[in-house]
Amino acid sequence: MRTIDVIGTAIDNSFRSKLRTTLTVIAIFIGAFTLTITNGLGTGINDYINNTVAAIGAQDVLTVTKVGTDATGSGPKKYNPDLVAASGGGRPGTTVQALNPSDITAISDLKGVKSVVPTLSISPGYIQNGSGAKYTLTAIGAVPGITLQLATGSQLSSTSSESQIVLAKSYVKALGLSSNSAAIGATVKIGITDAARNPSTIDATVVGISEASLGAIADAATTNSALTQKLFDAQTVGLPGTAKDRYSQASVRFDGSATAAEVTRLKDRLTKAGYNGQTVADQIGTFKTVIDVIVLVLNAFAVIALLAASFGIVNTLLMSVQERTREIGLMKAMGMGGGKVFGLFSFEAVFIGFLGSAIGAAVAILVGSGVSAALSGSVFSGLPGLTLIAFSPGSIATIILVVMAIAFVAGTLPAAKAARQDPIESLRYE
Amino acid sequence: MPIPILAARDVTKSYGRGPGRFDALKGVSLEIYEGESVAIVGKSGSGKSTLMHLLALLDRPSSGSIELAGSDAVLLTGRILNTTRNRTFGFVFQQFFLTGGASVLENVILPLKIAGVGARERKRRGLEALAALELEDKATSKASNLSGGQKQRAVIARALVNDPRIIFADEPTGNLDSATGAVVEDILFALNRDQGITLIVVTHDEDLAARCDRRVYIRDGLVVGTESAVAA
Repeated sequence: MRTIDVIGTAIDNSFRSKLRTTLTVIAIFIGAFTLTITNGLGTGINDYINNTVAAIGAQDVLTVTKVGTDATGSGPKKYNPDLVAASGGGRPGTTVQALNPSDITAISDLKGVKSVVPTLSISPGYIQNGSGAKYTLTAIGAVPGITLQLATGSQLSSTSSESQIVLAKSYVKALGLSSNSAAIGATVKIGITDAARNPSTIDATVVGISEASLGAIADAATTNSALTQKLFDAQTVGLPGTAKDRYSQASVRFDGSATAAEVTRLKDRLTKAGYNGQTVADQIGTFKTVIDVIVLVLNAFAVIALLAASFGIVNTLLMSVQERTREIGLMKAMGMGGGKVFGLFSFEAVFIGFLGSAIGAAVAILVGSGVSAALSGSVFSGLPGLTLIAFSPGSIATIILVVMAIAFVAGTLPAAKAARQDPIESLRYE
Repeated sequence: MPIPILAARDVTKSYGRGPGRFDALKGVSLEIYEGESVAIVGKSGSGKSTLMHLLALLDRPSSGSIELAGSDAVLLTGRILNTTRNRTFGFVFQQFFLTGGASVLENVILPLKIAGVGARERKRRGLEALAALELEDKATSKASNLSGGQKQRAVIARALVNDPRIIFADEPTGNLDSATGAVVEDILFALNRDQGITLIVVTHDEDLAARCDRRVYIRDGLVVGTESAVAA
């Protein structure tokens, strides 16, 4: 018998007892549907994280801090004049050992480091459009290479000498600008006070309006290098040099084409030199791990459903073998080999598995897309770009193949039983 | 003397062992020549079906040998045995063993499908075989919708479709009334006469046996008599 005939006959046979096949397919459908949805959940959330990673930081940048000398121990710590407030990423009140210019030089001398830029913490007072109302402003200096999630406008330039700022969406209306696009190119005034409490203002051009996202702090602005430097200079007027040049952290750029192993080596070198380097991936890694574990647990439930369904396949096929005993005997008498008989029944199992998983995956895609579209329009409207349940062709194909493999394994028992049948006994069977 | 197409040489067949041992055949020798029609006659339990299974290479004798066209069939194993059975033999059983839900044509071309013949060729030869049995108008009907006589004709078409040299008919008219049974008999003997297909009929029906060239009587696992007579 030709393979194509084995397959065709197996498919015909599976439709012979429609009710039984349908029930088995439904059992598999439930498992495959669940598996597809849970997988889609993982894909959707992780995709969202990956897309917003760019907003948290550039890919070829390590955030470097100095390892504190008294990091451990409970109770009040000894006073250390070199501690500064951590800039982001830590609990309020967290302090880190400050980096000074000699640290910056030491870091830039390390192998694999392309450039070191100290992170200037800036604390502007307010933002004002023309002579309108003043609003408080939280601003963060952009790490060169960062990609912000913009609603409109363009990314900040780290090389331009122009003072550029990207504002959160919420500022547009507050500053009296008519729309996102109207805000682009507008000049805003940023008020800042120096060490001696003398106020001054600096003009900045709005180049972009940012979306709210995981990586961005709500109601914050991001400034380009030129503006960051100007603001920093303005707020440190009156401070002596040593007091001025203290940074909570620095951004180290490395070769964008560096492999994971090279990045690890660079981090090791930093650790040896007494610093701590973290990539963006490190910072969000924990987050992703938690989601992966949750998805894994959900997947495990779906797989349990599939295992239950696979016993349905065994049952269905055993009944089918029983019913077709004489037919099997006849085919064997007519010269059909045991291997082909095995193929006939195991392919029938695989086909039932395929039906269940393909229909399950297709329905899951429809339902999942619908649900996630409905949710992102309502519950998750604050997180633009989030598709809660996303599907990748690769994982769908994997699910279908895995279910077919499970079905095949389930089919081996009945198929082997059919293949072993003695034609004479089978033909005598009443 | 020509070489017999099928021969049994002092064949025994027993089932089980020890005190429960049952000897179905106790030393049977038989020669069947190409183009003959032979009836193996006996009551149920006489061993006639066992003998047919051995001759059709569905089973192996406990001792003795089966020869197919002069060579020992024990040499045929696995795939070659399957191919030989597929090409050489056609089977007509008392129970029709048709797949009820499938079309008559599908049922008839089963041996060709097993042989690996292409779909178009299968259909052509299947329709040809059905035409020979005047069933071509039933080709697309479900096998379960046929009458008893039509079913047995479909079974004969299936036995015929692969141009076998030997057709084994196990009680071919057992499930049919005498009128339709006679029609089926006529068809089988016409095939034997016109196409030279060797016909081996296993039956307890004396009238059917009487139409064969030769009758071999089996009782308790032994040949108790052979009789050659021109069919009446």
